[in-house]
Amino acid sequence: MLPLQILLFALAAPLLNGWVDMLRARLQNRRGPSPLQPWRNLRRLFAKEPVVPHTASWLFRMAPYVMFAATLLASSALPMLTVQTPLASVTDVLVLTGFLTLARVALMIGSLDPGTAFGGLGASRELMLSALAEPTLLLGLFSLAMTAHSSNLAVLVGHLLDTGMMLRPSFLFTLLALLMVAGVENGRLPADNTTTHLELTMVHEAMVLEWSGRHLALVEWSGHMKLLFYGILLADLFAPWGLADHASPAMLALALLCLMGKLAALGVVLALTEALLPKMRLFRAPGMLNLAFLLAVLGLFSHVILEHNP
Amino acid sequence: MNNSPAWLQELSAWGTSSRMLQDRILLVTVAPEHWAQLAPEASVRQLRFAGLWADVRDEKLEVNACLARDGWYVLLRATPLDGTMGLPSWARWYPAADRMQRHAHDLWGVRFGECNPPWTRHGAWKADEAPLRTPVTPQERGRDRYPFATFSGEGVYEIPVGPVHAGIIEPGHFRFSVAGEDILGLEERLGYVHKGIEWLACGRKPAALLPLASRVSADSTVAHSWAAALALECALGIAPTARGVVLRGFLAERERIANHLGDVGAICGDVGFAFAKMQCSRLREEWLRCQHGIFGHRLLMDCIAPGGVAVDLDAGHIRLLRANHRDMLQRWQNIAPILTDYPPLQDRLLNTGRLSTVAARGLGVSGYLARASGLSLDVRHDRPQPPYDRHPVQPCLQQRGDVAARLQVRMAEISASVRLLDALLDDLPPGPIQEPWPPGMAAEGVGVVEGFRGEIVTHVRLDDQGNVARFFPRDPSWFAWPALEVLVGGNIVADFPVCNKSVNASYSGCDL
Repeated sequence: MLPLQILLFALAAPLLNGWVDMLRARLQNRRGPSPLQPWRNLRRLFAKEPVVPHTASWLFRMAPYVMFAATLLASSALPMLTVQTPLASVTDVLVLTGFLTLARVALMIGSLDPGTAFGGLGASRELMLSALAEPTLLLGLFSLAMTAHSSNLAVLVGHLLDTGMMLRPSFLFTLLALLMVAGVENGRLPADNTTTHLELTMVHEAMVLEWSGRHLALVEWSGHMKLLFYGILLADLFAPWGLADHASPAMLALALLCLMGKLAALGVVLALTEALLPKMRLFRAPGMLNLAFLLAVLGLFSHVILEHNP
Repeated sequence: MNNSPAWLQELSAWGTSSRMLQDRILLVTVAPEHWAQLAPEASVRQLRFAGLWADVRDEKLEVNACLARDGWYVLLRATPLDGTMGLPSWARWYPAADRMQRHAHDLWGVRFGECNPPWTRHGAWKADEAPLRTPVTPQERGRDRYPFATFSGEGVYEIPVGPVHAGIIEPGHFRFSVAGEDILGLEERLGYVHKGIEWLACGRKPAALLPLASRVSADSTVAHSWAAALALECALGIAPTARGVVLRGFLAERERIANHLGDVGAICGDVGFAFAKMQCSRLREEWLRCQHGIFGHRLLMDCIAPGGVAVDLDAGHIRLLRANHRDMLQRWQNIAPILTDYPPLQDRLLNTGRLSTVAARGLGVSGYLARASGLSLDVRHDRPQPPYDRHPVQPCLQQRGDVAARLQVRMAEISASVRLLDALLDDLPPGPIQEPWPPGMAAEGVGVVEGFRGEIVTHVRLDDQGNVARFFPRDPSWFAWPALEVLVGGNIVADFPVCNKSVNASYSGCDL
């Protein structure tokens, strides 16, 4: 079961990005690339010879592998089609965010290693944003975890499925907070721009500039997986309907269909946001993350005050 | 000379001789010992520095400096003393003169002041050689260590960018000195697209000069070739045909619209607003395709000829063009309000990259850069040459001097120019498009044209056979680049691209 889920996750990840790219192009009156384009890019990059700067050490070469492995591990603990994920028993939300942090640290160290100005520039900006985004993510996940009295994601999602649809104020606040965090963490507008070629404005892309060939392919693939990770996380927490509670083929197929529908809808939201908003000033992004943090705190309080029955 | 302004008479009193080259362009020959004194004298009379270039005439090196005010132009000419081969530098009074002096030093060997760091040379020949005067021994590039200005302090670091960029743009090197994200200083190093334009021009027939002038900077191809044609015509004292003149204005306005559309889209695209970028790209593309269909070239290259133009319009073309203008105006009026009224976009552009009126005046900028900073400078208005004498142009002014103001000026000019195009078509006189070219003689002339970036001043000198002996096109980018260094100060690194795009100086235009 686990290898299947991991394989499916890794293969589907570029597709979500391709879907968003296609939608965004349509919203700009362009035909746009096929949703399969990210796959083609990965294939092309894997076929290319990687060029390593002569100032780079083993850290630079290792970073893409660490990043890829950590992101993949984080995703394997995610209830994707069924609640009973093989790794569920040993991972809770702290471990999940820990894996994501490991991936980010690898990316930042790898980008600093060659000593180019852009790597440093991108890493410092990423650090500024992630130092604000990560606590918000944790706080949001914890205030949801309080509902199920467990920080284990599978238990939490199982609890949500069992209790059925219920309007919880804490979930509304947390949804807004996590949407903002997911946007920033994936380098999306209005905090960052994935499609720019302007080195000086980049955050995530500035760190990636020095990698090439299969190294770049792994870094980009990790980016695709991170987007899918957040997509599934949001779908699991706020719209868990359709997740299979046991692994029969029919249930799994239904779960897959539901997941695709939810992700497609999320993709539409993302593409619309990106089409409507220009990039905000760099120093306004922390303001947006402060708002996200505030919303997460509100979610926590509304759980304690409104929903908590001792 | 009787109706010339007082400041002009005071300034020309410094000269040993003076003569009118043409309407409101005065040539004053001055003694080299007065050169240093002239800069402050001109500066207190609020003359704008409009260019500096060297020339060799009758085996004698001479330096021309162009100053301007109120549509008048003064060409100051001095011959450096034989022993020194140098003149005092004007950079203290006119900062923008610095790079033009260094360019003149690299190519002609004339020294300005004590210190002459390389600009165009890039170590491709020796420091004491001058390729336009003496034969040079080429050497491998990159031997010289370029003296960048350095900043020091805790946490101050440098970001070198270019000359190879991530996007498809021209090459240029930018050296940022940064503390955190704040830009402390920016220094540009250009010259990577040095093409030897000045050398290539020497010995050409007048008709062969225009294709070269067309290629000084491809986005200003009409304006540059018009300026060169004007200089030639003024030198020989002929007037282009009435139809030719209106068509020249028509082509120049079309060029202005195409470039402004591209710039508006690019400015919005640089802050991640892809909607505007795509819409403007589409409008520009349709505009260029129409030009390709009617004039045979998307960018209107080689459409201007000595004595007139090389292309003509028939009734069918005029019908097509009118429909094209109507479409453009309609679509533009759909898009333009979105850009001015959209808060997330304006939030990025307002107060970004401010160029104060004082700084703009001090650097001698022209075009949208000047008009966005509250300086009413527009050659079409200040020196209304045909066809603008019959179709007056009001400069589109803004006061703030930020990126939003430069965007606003461009947007206003797009609408104004589309209307002007229709007026020009209404006024298109019948007749020949080209004046026959007279036999050559030794003469010189200056052409001044408002390109889309601003004022282009072109100097042409012909030898006894009527061939080109000296050609110097002064692109407005000579002043826009220093202005960029000034206006990014106090901004953050991440906002540099949009500041740069709002200035949109040409690399090729000053890397002659």
